Amino acid sequence: MKLIFERSVSGRRTFQMPMSSFPRKELPKELARQTPPRLPEMSEVAISRHYTQLAKQAFGVNNGFYPLGSCTMKYNPRINEAVAALTGFTKIHPLQPQETVRGCHEVLDTARELLCEITGMDDMTFQPAAGAHGEFAGLLLIKKYHESRGDTKRTRVLVPDSAHGTNPASASMVGYTVTHIPSDSEGCVDLEALRSALDDTVAGLMLTNPNTVGIFDRNILEITRLVHDAGGLNYYDGANLNAIMGWVRPGDMGFDVIHLNLHKTFSTPHGGGGPGSGPVGCKNILKEFLPASYMGERIKKGEKPRSFGQVRSFYGNFLVVVRALTYILTLGKEGLPQASGMAVLNANYMMSKLKHAYPLAYDRICMHEFVLTLEKIKKETGVSALDVAKCLLDHGIHPPTMYFPLVVNEALMVEPTETENRETLDAAVEAFLKIKRQIEDNPQSLRGYPVTTPISRPDEVNAARNPVVRYDFSQA
Amino acid sequence: MGSYLPSTPSEQQEMLEAIGLGHLRDLYTPDVPASVLLEDSVNIPSGLPEMSVRARMEKMASKNTVFGTVLRGAGSYNHHIPAIVNTVTSREEFLTTYTPYQPEISQGVLQSIFEYQTMMAELTGLDVSNASVYDGASAAAEAVMMTQTRSRSRVYVASTAHPDVIRTIKTYCWGRGVPFCEIHQNDGLLDLDALRDLPKDTACVYVQQPNFYGLFEQAEGIAELTHEAGAKAVMGFYPISLGICKSPGEMGFDIAVGEGQPLGLPMSWGGPYLGIMTARKELMRMLPGRIVGETKDSKGRRAYVLTLQAREQHIRREKASSNICTNQALCAMTAAVYLAAMGPDGLAEVAQLCYEGAHYFSEELGKLKGFGRVHKAEFFNEFMTYCPMDVRLFELEMARRGILCGLAVDDKLLWCVTEKVDKQEIDDVIAIIKEVCGQ
Repeated sequence: MKLIFERSVSGRRTFQMPMSSFPRKELPKELARQTPPRLPEMSEVAISRHYTQLAKQAFGVNNGFYPLGSCTMKYNPRINEAVAALTGFTKIHPLQPQETVRGCHEVLDTARELLCEITGMDDMTFQPAAGAHGEFAGLLLIKKYHESRGDTKRTRVLVPDSAHGTNPASASMVGYTVTHIPSDSEGCVDLEALRSALDDTVAGLMLTNPNTVGIFDRNILEITRLVHDAGGLNYYDGANLNAIMGWVRPGDMGFDVIHLNLHKTFSTPHGGGGPGSGPVGCKNILKEFLPASYMGERIKKGEKPRSFGQVRSFYGNFLVVVRALTYILTLGKEGLPQASGMAVLNANYMMSKLKHAYPLAYDRICMHEFVLTLEKIKKETGVSALDVAKCLLDHGIHPPTMYFPLVVNEALMVEPTETENRETLDAAVEAFLKIKRQIEDNPQSLRGYPVTTPISRPDEVNAARNPVVRYDFSQA
Repeated sequence: MGSYLPSTPSEQQEMLEAIGLGHLRDLYTPDVPASVLLEDSVNIPSGLPEMSVRARMEKMASKNTVFGTVLRGAGSYNHHIPAIVNTVTSREEFLTTYTPYQPEISQGVLQSIFEYQTMMAELTGLDVSNASVYDGASAAAEAVMMTQTRSRSRVYVASTAHPDVIRTIKTYCWGRGVPFCEIHQNDGLLDLDALRDLPKDTACVYVQQPNFYGLFEQAEGIAELTHEAGAKAVMGFYPISLGICKSPGEMGFDIAVGEGQPLGLPMSWGGPYLGIMTARKELMRMLPGRIVGETKDSKGRRAYVLTLQAREQHIRREKASSNICTNQALCAMTAAVYLAAMGPDGLAEVAQLCYEGAHYFSEELGKLKGFGRVHKAEFFNEFMTYCPMDVRLFELEMARRGILCGLAVDDKLLWCVTEKVDKQEIDDVIAIIKEVCGQ
């Protein structure tokens, strides 16, 4: 496919600016740009067709089944988009007088109230723009809390070895060292290891529950109690909240601070990697440390002395919150547990049909996702998790998450979500089973997939070794 | 009311039976402790049908005032968005896709990011760009973190930058335990003398151009002094201005970061916006976030992939250069479509209109009593004036007349003019100001 720069023709235009009605004024020479940026010069029809072609080589939830574990690729309801496009939300400047943005505040206040009730938290900030950003903000709350108590010894964060990579990376960003807690034979936190890691240097524990292997840690109350007894705080990574909405609340499990991924659990679209929204909820003990926008909240000298600061400008990805609120109002009290329950049922249904063909990492009731391990298959046939994933592409299915969590070798992590019907699940199961038969008959053939996609497997090693990260205009 | 569940109650029952269970609750009872398993969901209102939800949300939207005339910037700018922009970015293939982990079915998304990276590098006059971060303020914070080395950690930030950006950088520095210093100002511009004897542990100097007051800093001098101290020079830029103004690269900066909202994104009460980050190629491997690179597929065809992932959290965990995972991909695509629609000439014309409009307005304001400019330095499309009456009262009186006036900063006003305001509108605004101030 041609790059947009390869379609550019000097002098072509899309947008015509009105003629200036002002007296001509030249920018002083010393401030003026010397070389114009080589932006594409395109007619509108050329732009439109270019992106239509690109869209044909993209795969969204609306293109097909997307069981990408840990990412909760559920359907993105259209009403959410329609509401987020209202000019009463889009054409609002973030620094308008308070009297003129009562509706925006109502959106945040309502979303806060509902999400606090759903998670069992007391207060919430919407400033963080994504899950990892929320982790950073949540850990800053913990850091500020210990600092405010003069408890400066606490410099360690405990993270299970099955955790998302963002957890340890976020801990480093707040200057904490990471102690990894091994998983037990059921994929849960090893209580003995936790006990021996806890002391008065522990700032807190970061945990996902259900965890990254898709299992609800049944020792959760004991885990959070042990951390509290040692003077630490419990951080809940909300990446897997889609399993438990309306069934159990992180706040009741003993968590003090939580981030949510509105772009996972609350149905806002992922947009090819963002924008998301990662609100952070907390218990009352942490409330006074929440972030605040200096300009947005017109902070005067000496005000909000306990706030840890801010992690971006203004109030967060507001339009994403608008979508999530629309979704919550639609589902309500009955819809939330129905959605989570069906997400869990769909996962268990698929798991039960696949486990005879592909070994499970942990064979027990799962939550909204489950993990297959191809370790044995690879040893016996040479076929890897990657090979199976690439073959699924030819079946029109977005592959599961590969090689995560790290505690499982040759992992494929499957999260069907609640918005898929039984026919889709059955068809996906059939595709998996067909691939399994092919592995048994002709394992070598698995190396060549995919064959129906616009490109075959790319050379990623070369991409990293000789990075080309922008168009070379001298080629033209 | 709705839950977007395709399964009928009988299908649900059949699926439960297929796994040997009778009720959804049976999925939770084995592992969730009984003491925390909810009896009857959470305590929120029942769900609503689409019509009712829409009515309720429309009512909220109607409680906000959409101003016909916007003369306020300060980090969010009311630029025109060509119709083609939303048409492209609302396509479901782009809207509903995840981060392009599977390149064989994601070439469209990957190529669009590669094109975005190229446009950002061109715009800023630097070599390489990442695939975006959250917004301009977090981009600035990530940039100063990029400059950290074993022997250099101290961060200097211009006190003339946007206060939200300063506070965000300060927060990131406090988090990592990095020394943070503000550089003081004279008459709205950074004091160059403060940069003459920077300590040996200085990692970087961050400066915004045009600065919070809309003024052009002596940017080349700042970059030079920063480099003399062996530190990295980081610039926060306003992307529209780069249609006609010297780019960060041309002024000698090592890293450029900017709020990408002016490139086709609505103001949306502060988000979603777009964090742009570009750098010299020596710093490529220090960039946080996703980067798309070009390679070939097994048949030798051009292909795009996420690359240089050894920097990232899912590989390096606590040693990663940043924790960023989800970014602002769709906003990056928005910026790319916007720039394609404008082209180099269109962008220069927008910038020129902003510049001319702001200067005309400041001259007309200067003819009134008490609205003189606060600073002497040259400005782009924002400028600060005094206000002859109580600023808060002035703001409300103007708002009542459908005008979002300059932002009240202490007892002064920070005005902004974009291409959406023409001469007639400015003349009308001047007449209204006269009326409000009784002149």
